[in-house]
Amino acid sequence: MAGPGRGDPRPLSPHLQIWKWHWTMAGSIFHRVSGVGLYGGAFLIGAWLISLATGPEAYALVEVIAFSLPGQILLFLWSMAVLYHLANGLRHLIWDGPMVGFNPGVASLWSMFNFAFAIIGAAVIWSLASFY
Amino acid sequence: MTTSAKSVRGLGSAGTGTQHHIRQRVTALALIFLVPWFLYSIIHACKAGYEGALIWVAQPINAILLILTLSAALYHMRLGMQEVIEDYIAKSGSRQALLILNTFAVIALINPGCAAHERAWFTAGA
Repeated sequence: MAGPGRGDPRPLSPHLQIWKWHWTMAGSIFHRVSGVGLYGGAFLIGAWLISLATGPEAYALVEVIAFSLPGQILLFLWSMAVLYHLANGLRHLIWDGPMVGFNPGVASLWSMFNFAFAIIGAAVIWSLASFY
Repeated sequence: MTTSAKSVRGLGSAGTGTQHHIRQRVTALALIFLVPWFLYSIIHACKAGYEGALIWVAQPINAILLILTLSAALYHMRLGMQEVIEDYIAKSGSRQALLILNTFAVIALINPGCAAHERAWFTAGA
């Protein structure tokens, strides 16, 4: 009997609309969203380094884009994504290593903390960066 | 009735999940230390203009840490994006194409850091 071939569709992960929104699922989804965002951000860091390698004119162009309003908004979102992915990544390591934080109450609070850390942390970094 | 081997081969566990998981965690461990350094120094480098950024990237300690950050981050990125592609892209052709593109993109992104270091050292030596 011929079985399914290699190209046959396999079960996929459930998509977003399956889930009821709550803190821990938002925390998990934003880990992936911020990760994909940072993948894009790596190309921006690449562009910055290439402009540095190319010369002063190319670097000046990148500076103009980075210091424009859309550029600043994008960089702020990038820094928020870095901090969120870092905080929630640490949480993944704590889940895998010492295996603590699975209690529903703690898990929800921890998700809220990670969001707050990303938003407040990015705001603090940006105010420090603009003062010093 | 048993399933014939040829109908399940290539469809089940590929046997590489544990390795993927461990590598994702090991690169994450490195990034806990490298990312805060990177945030701190990229802000300093960006505020100093072209000359300042070039001086920053020319210093051996920054060059080493930048290469370590890029290597760990790119490896971590490749594993993460591979997981996203495998989760959501069902069609075999597009899935394979995206997985190959993922590898190419990450390897291409190693080069900007090297190019910046070469420029900085060439300029410093001139």
